[in-house]
Amino acid sequence: MNGRLASSAGLAGPVSTAVAFLGERAILAQVDDLATAHRLAAALRGAALAGVEDVVPGAGTVTVLADPLVCDLAALATALPTWELPPPAAGSARTHQIPVVYDGADLDEVGATCGLATDEVVRRHTAVTYTVAFLGFSPGFAYLVGLDPALTVPRRATPRTTVPAGSVAIADAHTAIYPQATPGGWQLVGHTDTVLFDAGADPPALLAPADRVRLVAAR
Amino acid sequence: MISVVRPGPLTTVQDLGRPGWAHLGVPRAGAVDPVSLRLANRLVANPDGAAALEATVAGPDLTFGVDTTIALVGGHVEASIDGAAVPTAQTLRIGAGQTLRMGQVRSGTRAYLAVAGGIDAPAVLGSSSRDTLSGIGPAPLQAGQRLGVAAAGINPPGARLRVDRSYSLDNEVRVVLGPRHDRATSSGLARLLGEGYTATPSSDRTGTRLSGPTVELVAGCPPLASEAMVAGAVQVPPDGQPIVLLANHATHGGYPVVAVVVAADLALVGQSRPAGTICFRQISRQEALAALVARERELDEAILPRGQGAGGGSPRHG
Repeated sequence: MNGRLASSAGLAGPVSTAVAFLGERAILAQVDDLATAHRLAAALRGAALAGVEDVVPGAGTVTVLADPLVCDLAALATALPTWELPPPAAGSARTHQIPVVYDGADLDEVGATCGLATDEVVRRHTAVTYTVAFLGFSPGFAYLVGLDPALTVPRRATPRTTVPAGSVAIADAHTAIYPQATPGGWQLVGHTDTVLFDAGADPPALLAPADRVRLVAAR
Repeated sequence: MISVVRPGPLTTVQDLGRPGWAHLGVPRAGAVDPVSLRLANRLVANPDGAAALEATVAGPDLTFGVDTTIALVGGHVEASIDGAAVPTAQTLRIGAGQTLRMGQVRSGTRAYLAVAGGIDAPAVLGSSSRDTLSGIGPAPLQAGQRLGVAAAGINPPGARLRVDRSYSLDNEVRVVLGPRHDRATSSGLARLLGEGYTATPSSDRTGTRLSGPTVELVAGCPPLASEAMVAGAVQVPPDGQPIVLLANHATHGGYPVVAVVVAADLALVGQSRPAGTICFRQISRQEALAALVARERELDEAILPRGQGAGGGSPRHG
């Protein structure tokens, strides 16, 4: 193991996982797709290994952060590709309707970039059912997939130092809602008053992976 | 109870952070220099993860409402109690009605103040740390605010650190290569590992933004999908100026991580000043583990009980 990401094809196993090290405190498992990432994450959480502190899915990755003096990450990295994964979790996904006021600072620019009238941007943005891919970046921030390809816009060249809480935004193939006022580079198309993260609630995040989200235009 | 007379530029309550919530996007946060936090806590007989204050660049002025013991560890800070200079890196007594003044942090960028019993701040998701990225946890100190102090047992005996942990301007920082080092050109990696960098003033608790030789990325690679990050990750954005992620980094990022600073050296990055230099040196993962074991042993041997060692261990104050 020299820390380099081998190609998945080179490492046979039920997970089709290539594992690399992030220093001495974490490993990065690269898997074929998002669904496999969630299944691997579920298997890792289920294993409840001593010393493991965080199991964090990304789009096609799972990162395991651990205390390396307690958890033998090298042994885990060797074993992971042979793990049998649980079937995809069924039945727990919820559907959320989130009202959005389409008044974002970048709404007109998104329309111009896509060659669409503002009304058409709103129509297309509210016409589909999104799926939560994974959470990350800031507390409760969900990467939603399912965006109409006609609405694909790049991140802003210069990120904003503060994006208002509740901002509904687009970047690349994703749409998302900023739960808190944070720095951010996505294009803002609207805002919602829906609370996406409440540290006192259980669970603290409104959205969970595989949940479905409908955005509803509101005034 | 502690009254905040003057808060300092950015003074926050910090502990060892809130691991276990990154899959919900919650940063770990916690002290940027957890070694100094732990030592300060040990000097006042607190558990390693007790909540303490992290002062940035300069410290606060605080009037204590109780007789207690405190310790200052981290970047060297000029401090006084009721006008009399007090040393850092040892247990100090402070009486009810007395005012601790923390001045400029003269070496490093952050100093930690532990109080016997720990700062009593409400825990959010298991931690009292102020997450400066997402605003979770107790707000930064404000003038006029009162801080609770958790009940302490008997006053701990005086103690001091065996070695002065003040930070030097120029540091060698060890890294383990990968996981995305194949995203950088070999000449770019050679520059990263061969030449020096300086911390820029835009650095904060989320990361130390470096200025120095450009780390070229391989042209034409498809963008990486967002993946989870770890403190110490050396990210290379398109402009080739590396960023070392610190305790309060966002959970995910899309810039390639070409190397990771080893745990034993991460505090050196968080404490680096714009005037200083950072030189990266590659070591193996096994060497990084050995360095971590050595660091923990050093920590366990760092504290001299009162009266032991050259120079005398008794606190000058109280």
